Amino acid sequence: MQLIKGGRIVEDGFARVADDAPVPDRLPVIVPAARFLAEADAFAAREAPTGVVWPNDRRVAELAPYLDRLALVGLVFPVFRDGRAFSQARLLRERHGFRGELRATGQVLRDQFLFMLRAGFDAFEVTKDADAAAFAQAARRYSVFYQPTGDGRVTARASRVGRPARDSLERDSLL
Amino acid sequence: MYVHDAFDRRLIAERVEEFRDQVRRRLSGELNEDEFKLLRLLNGVYLQLHAYMLRIGIPYGTLSSAQLRMLAHVARRYDRGYGHFTTRQNIQFHWIKLEDLPDAMADLARVGLHGIQTSGNSVRNVTTDQWAGVAPDEIEDPRVWAEVVRQHVTLHPEFTFMPRKFKIAVGTAAHDRAALRIHDLALRLHRNEAGEAGFEVMVGGGLGRTPFLAKTIKQFLPKHDVLSYVEAVLRTYNQFGRRDNAWKARIKILVHDLGAEAFGREVEQEWQSIKDGALALDDAAVAEIAARFRYPDYERLADDPVELKEARAGDRRFETWHRSAVARHRLPGYAIVTLSLKAEGETPGDATAAQMDAIADLADRYSSGEIRVGHEQNLALPHVRQQDLYPLWRALDAIGVATPNVGLVSDIIACPGLDYCSLANARSIPIAQDLSRRFRDGDLARDLGRLHINISGCINACGHHHVGHIGILGVEKNGEEYYQVTIGGRADEEAELGQLIGPAVPYGEVANVVEDIVAAYVELRERPGEIFIDTVKRIGIEPFKERVHATH
Repeated sequence: MQLIKGGRIVEDGFARVADDAPVPDRLPVIVPAARFLAEADAFAAREAPTGVVWPNDRRVAELAPYLDRLALVGLVFPVFRDGRAFSQARLLRERHGFRGELRATGQVLRDQFLFMLRAGFDAFEVTKDADAAAFAQAARRYSVFYQPTGDGRVTARASRVGRPARDSLERDSLL
Repeated sequence: MYVHDAFDRRLIAERVEEFRDQVRRRLSGELNEDEFKLLRLLNGVYLQLHAYMLRIGIPYGTLSSAQLRMLAHVARRYDRGYGHFTTRQNIQFHWIKLEDLPDAMADLARVGLHGIQTSGNSVRNVTTDQWAGVAPDEIEDPRVWAEVVRQHVTLHPEFTFMPRKFKIAVGTAAHDRAALRIHDLALRLHRNEAGEAGFEVMVGGGLGRTPFLAKTIKQFLPKHDVLSYVEAVLRTYNQFGRRDNAWKARIKILVHDLGAEAFGREVEQEWQSIKDGALALDDAAVAEIAARFRYPDYERLADDPVELKEARAGDRRFETWHRSAVARHRLPGYAIVTLSLKAEGETPGDATAAQMDAIADLADRYSSGEIRVGHEQNLALPHVRQQDLYPLWRALDAIGVATPNVGLVSDIIACPGLDYCSLANARSIPIAQDLSRRFRDGDLARDLGRLHINISGCINACGHHHVGHIGILGVEKNGEEYYQVTIGGRADEEAELGQLIGPAVPYGEVANVVEDIVAAYVELRERPGEIFIDTVKRIGIEPFKERVHATH
């Protein structure tokens, strides 16, 4: 497993802390959701950054009151066909305004990088090393996007409207 | 015809390159079969009993002659010289080699065709009325809205890995020719009391093991809110649909478990948060898409030209075909012509490469280069001048697509069944072929009138057996093929699910049971004009049950 952040392979600055393990004072940590909620005040008082791994069967709205204190939210793809975290990511970014690190965890493969970027993820715990190495290429796989998400990529609709329709018809009528 | 622009073409080309890379990684072992399976399915590639199968979407059932010729080319070059049109406005090639798939897709991409999201747990091909844009009873062309939705859900980053597949249909006509209520999400355009057009939104329809008809969750959705509402439905389903059991993962189960009202409230709440955001459509955005649907330069013509009258009076075979295959066009002097892919003894929905090429040529000559694909697995030419019907018929007859059985007992819908499909329990195609021979007598078929027989080779119900007037479902019993027979189903605006008429019967008995049902109908109908489905509705299934029990 390798971590991709800012488009490149990096060392993970966060330590994973289990439910019952002591939390180190000055280190960035990632804790499970239940523990974070149980000790939310204590985590808020920490100096070092705190992250939480949020399960994909729990509404992210529950996390909304704590988002300004969180440096990182990890969302989970237990298997790569389970796409619930795509909705959670968009809601965190676009509805709840989360600006911290949004990390994809679990079975994270090359063929979903671009979908994940578009949904608002900016960090990826990549299952296969070869996929991590191919990140930049996979992120550029498509240059055309039909639907707007919060990622700011220009959509086909935005590009089309305002174009003289007649021109585009003539130019495009290859069929 | 929808004119693709540079954006559409680039996206499809990029998709082909991505798939080429995925096939390469599969062949080199970088991707295991489990991983590759999910990716190939998102491109319409199945592994079937004998080979890979490629399913190509035909959005809203509209094909250009160039596209149909390319389908013929793919059939000839990469397959065994034919293709199979399905009940969801797709075409399938059943004999393609894995290593040929990227090249076949690249060829298809040259005319804007692809298999993106024709399979997998994604939003499938958005379907509609095959007579869109030419039907006299429509409010407006449904393809514009189907295309608006199609673009939005294509490679949607949030909704490509949902609990299960998701099928959307759009209808805008008084008569439902798109089988709206058996879809996961159906958008039906209608007018409110103020005369404005908006969508009735229905969710949770679907066949398979647990059949449901879609339920209305919104009576009137303003047209410009269609994308945000679709997004809200998909987001609700993606988060809360079951993922623990594939048989319970379709949205119909979620809607059933929560109740349509509670599901609707959940959607409404989500929709309120996004309806005024980036997905709100303005007139310019809709106009931009509408402008790329092109219509022929129609001539001003009158109905029933002399050429047509003479031919109908002078050639009985033509007259018989005309009554079966020709429908009213919204403009005088024009007609919509259905091409039957249900010739006696043939596989329903199959067309050979030679037929496809010939139909493309005829479309150029007689239908402004346009062909339609309908969910009944027939084709149509939507813009035919009535004065051309006679020569067109002769040409169609010569290539075997003028069987005068459209809408009649031998116009059978059938899935590929155990002859091809790895999911099937029983054969479908030979049952259809057998029935088409039993009911070869055209006079009898015409006397019976409208009668839809739908056949599925397993509970997944690709042959829509639940909504056949007579439905036939293949099951397996102690290693033998058995068939359950239902009656009373229909998929139109009065949609109903059929009811079982008795215990399952073995393969050899199916056609006899159907004959008995038909004989019972002839006795029980009130008058010759009362069609089968109306008789069942009037008297219920019991009299039919008794009749079938008495003989089997």
